[in-house]
Amino acid sequence: MSVHTDGEITLYGLMAEFETPGQLVAAARRTREAGFKNYDAYTPYPIHELDAAMDLHDNRVSLFTLIGGLLGCAGGFGLATWVSAVAWPLNVGGRPLISVPMFIPVTFECTILLGGLTAAIGMLLLNGLPMPYHPVFNVERFVNASRSKFFICIESTDPKFDRTLTANFLESLGAEEVAEVAE
Amino acid sequence: MTTTEHSYKTAPQLSETLKRYSSIATFIGLVFLALLVSGIFLEGGGLTGAGMGHFLRAYLVGFWLWFGAGAGCLVILMTQYLTGGAWGLVIRRPLEAGAKTLYVTCFLFLPLLVFREQIYWWTTPAGLADKVIHAKSLYLNVPFLWVRWAIYSIFLCFYTMKLTAWSKQEDETRSTAVSAKLEALSAPGVLIFFILMTFCSVDYLMTLEPYWYSTVYGFMIVIGWVLTALAVVIATLTMLEKYAPMDHALTRKHYHDLGKLLFAMVMMWTYLNFSQLIITWSGNLPSEIVWYIKRWNGGWEAIALLLLFGHFVLPFAMLISQPAKKSSKFIFFVACYIIAVHAVDVYQLVEPNFTNVKDPHFYFSWLDVVAPLGFGGLWLAIYFRNLPGMPLLPLGAPDLVKALNHGRDH
Repeated sequence: MSVHTDGEITLYGLMAEFETPGQLVAAARRTREAGFKNYDAYTPYPIHELDAAMDLHDNRVSLFTLIGGLLGCAGGFGLATWVSAVAWPLNVGGRPLISVPMFIPVTFECTILLGGLTAAIGMLLLNGLPMPYHPVFNVERFVNASRSKFFICIESTDPKFDRTLTANFLESLGAEEVAEVAE
Repeated sequence: MTTTEHSYKTAPQLSETLKRYSSIATFIGLVFLALLVSGIFLEGGGLTGAGMGHFLRAYLVGFWLWFGAGAGCLVILMTQYLTGGAWGLVIRRPLEAGAKTLYVTCFLFLPLLVFREQIYWWTTPAGLADKVIHAKSLYLNVPFLWVRWAIYSIFLCFYTMKLTAWSKQEDETRSTAVSAKLEALSAPGVLIFFILMTFCSVDYLMTLEPYWYSTVYGFMIVIGWVLTALAVVIATLTMLEKYAPMDHALTRKHYHDLGKLLFAMVMMWTYLNFSQLIITWSGNLPSEIVWYIKRWNGGWEAIALLLLFGHFVLPFAMLISQPAKKSSKFIFFVACYIIAVHAVDVYQLVEPNFTNVKDPHFYFSWLDVVAPLGFGGLWLAIYFRNLPGMPLLPLGAPDLVKALNHGRDH
């Protein structure tokens, strides 16, 4: 959903540019406190304080990993058991057919393998990558988001979004520049 | 939000509280150590009878757990000089206080050495005349056993003395030259520590089963010490956080980091124990499996399962969540639990060695509970007494301010 304005461009949102990570974290906190929901922050490198400032609580990737890990664990142990006790029972030096200590490495590896794969796949499913087009790149200066600058973009889908008021709000946060982002 | 210079002073209430903790610990320690000694006479037989044997075994369990806590503090202390990081700076003073217990615990080896024939069979005339022991006599002989004790003690005390003295000097002079000296001393220290302490574990634990050997043993034992030391330090850190300067110096992130280290050590302990098991299991050699036969028969399997679930699965589950590691109440509980369950681990390192491999029998004496409590009281008494002797934060450390702002919003 987008807001039509002036019949010229369809607005995706408003983007503010900041000089330092400290300003960005403070701005992100005030944006959340002002009641905005649909906004995102863009930085050249991970900033851990942002999670707290934006109050992000999405742990669904961990759930994917847990489920994958448990499946890998059961699968690895099951495979080893089935192979050595059912499909081809083999007596190795008088040890039991289900030789638990020897099955642990396989079980462990399968747990890690499936946990890792589901973490990667879950991440891709949830964040929508690969994404060939994203409106934020319509702002020319946004190339700096991968180099030296810090950005916040409040999207026009936000119920509190207002072209003028939100632009003023972003400026009041100490933004260097506020730009309109075309859809 | 940053902390300011004048607020680094230790609150007077904290010094009082620590003094009170020390007195309580002394009382508990003395009561239980008295009970432990009474065990010699209650079980009868005098200084050469069964009571003395049971006493020495329990003594080894309790002593080893807490000697290990002190030695663990020393090796973590050296490691944090080498790695840097905020976690190391906030626990440096507790680690120093813990390492200083070595001045006392080094001498607590003496009863084991003096009454060695009641606990280490290989030191008896019959043992020394044994064909296998005789073949190993280059290492397994009593004079060299004494010499090794002297080497271990000198090393541990020398390093503790130097590291704590220079740390004090760093505080007073604020000179980075001293910080560099501390790092230069720690680097060879960690290396020598692991080599010497491997031999120490061989001398006092592995030779209880003098035919048996395992190359991962020393490392496994030392990781157990590091685990105990971390647990003690984390548990006491939660007691300090109510008072200045720790009330504003500590952040949730510090607990998170220390919790992660504790988690890593739980896994390391499991990994090393499992490595020893899988190598023994796949080799299946008569000389190697003795150790496991004694620990998987005659009732001992209950202890083995208890350790698998209690020393690995449960702490793993408790420490895996991030909010759990950040909550001081919860991490205090987990740390205390880990010390308790590690006492069970030390008990199963010692006691099953004395059962007959052809007919293993479970053995548990009330002395095995009394001894860890007695030595624990004594250890904590010294530790709490040492803590307020210095500012609780290393004021001369080059990156203290950065470390204290670790995990704070800008």
